[in-house]
Amino acid sequence: MSGGEELLALAERVVAQALPGEQVEAFVSRDWETDIRVYEGEVEHFVSAQSEGIGIRVIRDGRTGFAYAGTLDADAIAEVLAEARDNVTFGTPDEFAALAEPDGVDVVEQELWSDALAACPTDRKIELAKELERMALAADGRVRIEDSNYADVAAELAVATTTGIRRSGRENGCYVSVGTLADDGEESHTGFGFSVGRSPDDFDLAKAAREAAERATRLIGAIKPQSRRTTVVFDPFVTAMLLGVVSSTLNGEAVAKGRSLFKDRVGDQVANPLVTLVDDPTNPLAYTATDLDGEGLAARRNVLIDGGVLQGFVHNSYSARRMQTRSTGNAVRGGFKGTPGVGCLALQLNPGTRTQAELVADVEDGILVQSVQGLHSGVNPISGDFSVGASGLSISGGQLGAPLREFTIASTLQRMLLDVVEVGGDVDWLPMRSAGVSLVIRDLTLSGA
Amino acid sequence: MTQAAMIDQDVLERVLAAAVRTGAEFAEVYAEDKRSSSIGLDDGKVEQVTSGRDRGAGIRVVKGDTTGFAHTADLTERGLLAAAEAAAAAASQGDGGTRTIALTRAGTRTVSPVERYPDDVRKADKVAVLQRIDGTARSVPKSQHGNIVQVSAGYADSRKHILVANTDGVFVTDEQVRTLLRMTVVADGDAGMQTGSQSAGHTMGFELIDKVDVEALARDAARIALTKLNARPAPSGALPVVIKKGSGGVLFHEACGHGLEADLVAKGGSVYRGKQGELVASPLVTLVDDGTMTGEWGAIGFDDEGHPSQYNVLIENGVLTDYMWDFLRARKEGRRQSGNGRRQSYQHLPMVRMTNTYVLNGAEDPDDIVRATDYGVYVAKLGGGSVNTASGDFVFGMTEAYLIEKGEITEPLREGNLIGNGPQVLRDIDLLGNDFAMGNPGTCGKDGQGVPVGDGQPTLRVKSLTIGGTAA
Repeated sequence: MSGGEELLALAERVVAQALPGEQVEAFVSRDWETDIRVYEGEVEHFVSAQSEGIGIRVIRDGRTGFAYAGTLDADAIAEVLAEARDNVTFGTPDEFAALAEPDGVDVVEQELWSDALAACPTDRKIELAKELERMALAADGRVRIEDSNYADVAAELAVATTTGIRRSGRENGCYVSVGTLADDGEESHTGFGFSVGRSPDDFDLAKAAREAAERATRLIGAIKPQSRRTTVVFDPFVTAMLLGVVSSTLNGEAVAKGRSLFKDRVGDQVANPLVTLVDDPTNPLAYTATDLDGEGLAARRNVLIDGGVLQGFVHNSYSARRMQTRSTGNAVRGGFKGTPGVGCLALQLNPGTRTQAELVADVEDGILVQSVQGLHSGVNPISGDFSVGASGLSISGGQLGAPLREFTIASTLQRMLLDVVEVGGDVDWLPMRSAGVSLVIRDLTLSGA
Repeated sequence: MTQAAMIDQDVLERVLAAAVRTGAEFAEVYAEDKRSSSIGLDDGKVEQVTSGRDRGAGIRVVKGDTTGFAHTADLTERGLLAAAEAAAAAASQGDGGTRTIALTRAGTRTVSPVERYPDDVRKADKVAVLQRIDGTARSVPKSQHGNIVQVSAGYADSRKHILVANTDGVFVTDEQVRTLLRMTVVADGDAGMQTGSQSAGHTMGFELIDKVDVEALARDAARIALTKLNARPAPSGALPVVIKKGSGGVLFHEACGHGLEADLVAKGGSVYRGKQGELVASPLVTLVDDGTMTGEWGAIGFDDEGHPSQYNVLIENGVLTDYMWDFLRARKEGRRQSGNGRRQSYQHLPMVRMTNTYVLNGAEDPDDIVRATDYGVYVAKLGGGSVNTASGDFVFGMTEAYLIEKGEITEPLREGNLIGNGPQVLRDIDLLGNDFAMGNPGTCGKDGQGVPVGDGQPTLRVKSLTIGGTAA
């Protein structure tokens, strides 16, 4: 990363005000966003905005205080530092509380900035959203459009600490998306398609339009399936969402606080031997590829499950200190309004070799799950209970059949990892913290009619 | 009493005039100054006290069907004019001449009076509340199936001033103070870990702590976690479901609330489009969205477009009476807005949002509703949910549920989702209790924006819902 030098200078000025016995961290960011929505060939809204802010963390005698403000005015920054100091007084001393320190791990540089995007004129951005709307309409005569969007963001950030961290950088990216509707009697079905890129040159509008039309129309005439235990093939998009849930069980902070179902299981066979799960933000193919974590340490490759055997967890510097290990470069930070937590940055299941069609051909009775609903309400990563609403296609004798909706699939996370039958070869680098790939899991409970 | 506004009236008038100089029909300034504090306790330690300040303005300019929007953290006239120009440029090209804007400031409107402002309360007193929660939950004795092993608790308060001024002459200010407590308790036993959560949140100040029984909440979260240690897998398939008072409002929020938002209706993205005047629910159901409900989590004096909050009847005795409206949708239909134009912050455009959405009382004794159910599920606490407004399919999680056998509540069930279709479930409500209660505070997400909402309902029965468990 490069850029953000002005913000770094600002962060360093804050850190220089640390008093004896204080650790101080300043995180500063500034971003510019464009958000364009088109409906029926006209611009419905056009948002153009800049925001900035600072978050200051102070640690003294093992106590932590934090404050932030959505402005970089000098007066406001002074107030934030004073508030953070005041807040320190009320924390409970924690021998493990401390800021990250440089750990000598080399940064794997990533290409995170596009001059082409920075130079892209507004007219072209509007035209991209209009073109996507036209293409989605043309893709299938049954489709209506809910909205078509173009958005981009550019960000500069800097972090400095009294422990010797000083990093800054800049990043930009853009996406287009389209929401579709297809009527089915009194009801309608929704679909969406999207394309992401460092610059508009990376967009595949045709694919976005085609997928948006397919997603809206594939459930027309869908029925509710019979309840039974069955085999499920997850679409890459759904697998990526599922991995997001699995990642919270591998969070070092959850482990340290006794809140992970895998807390005492390192070295155990926790998944089928086909399962190798890696968090690798240094892979430039990953949408969330990055060179730095939220504390300013180098992002790095971590193998979490190898051949089904649990290898370890991801850590930031706090959880690592508690577990008497080193940070794995997995501090995640939502912005200047919070302190870094722990999380996977770019998860990927090691792919197999076969296509989704080949996986489906091996399934005698099952369901291809194309979307899930309620991951936040029906999945408990502490107990492992797993239950989500779903829709998709029936599979019978290796053939795809009728569209299905309004059913749930349920199991536990522990069992699902062991019940993996095969991982597909169709890796899809989705705009999420996990890559998608088709995944076959047996013996889930389908609850429907 | 009217206090000084964040931005002077003459500045607002000049900024609005500049915003419509290119011929736009409408412009609006929404400014906000919010101070918030939060405290997290976990693993027996007060991990962090956080203070936050967010202050800025969003300027919206409407020309034809196009809205331009820009925001700034700079509330000086220069900063506001720059944002107004950016928003005007985004909305249109061309020149429309000069308009003079005259604002009339409306009186303030106190829907939720505040007794103890959060900035007047010592941080140590806020911390002490979390320590009470931690101590109480940890002192709950172990059961035969396991014991409490972990407690996390959070306290958050915010004091937000908003100002809305627009070229129609609207000029209002509002103050919103909210205070929230939440806790999650983990119990561990032979069959693994289970969790229990509780929360309390109101549009009020620190007096919340005196008005809710903090220790009872903590004990209840611990009880739920311990109870679930020996829970059996939830059934799978369709069964009658009884939902306890105050725990199922999210069902209406998802099953029909979102589908009654006029922006979704207008684009044909709701199953309730074109259904005004029709029977869309069991005649037992009267559904209200009420931004005026004093102290409730979704209560507001004015919405984020400067319209006073209202009591809106959405469904009356099963008949769809009206949708919810924001400024743009109402203007398009040539009708009045309904006080449902809300936004997450000055950095966001407003859209149609719920406030406090609830079902009015029916006639049944809640115990009779359970007694009338031979075999089914009793849901004592729901988690979150989500809905596809176009198809009406929704899910919501049951975080505390029991089996009903021969008219009695029996064994606890493990967590899972319920799934249903909104219009079908509304028709399938066959028993409605007389024990109305509001539920837990919620954050409703739509199009990437979160706003505080409340919900409530009496005990009720849905004659068939699909339970997403693993048992046959």
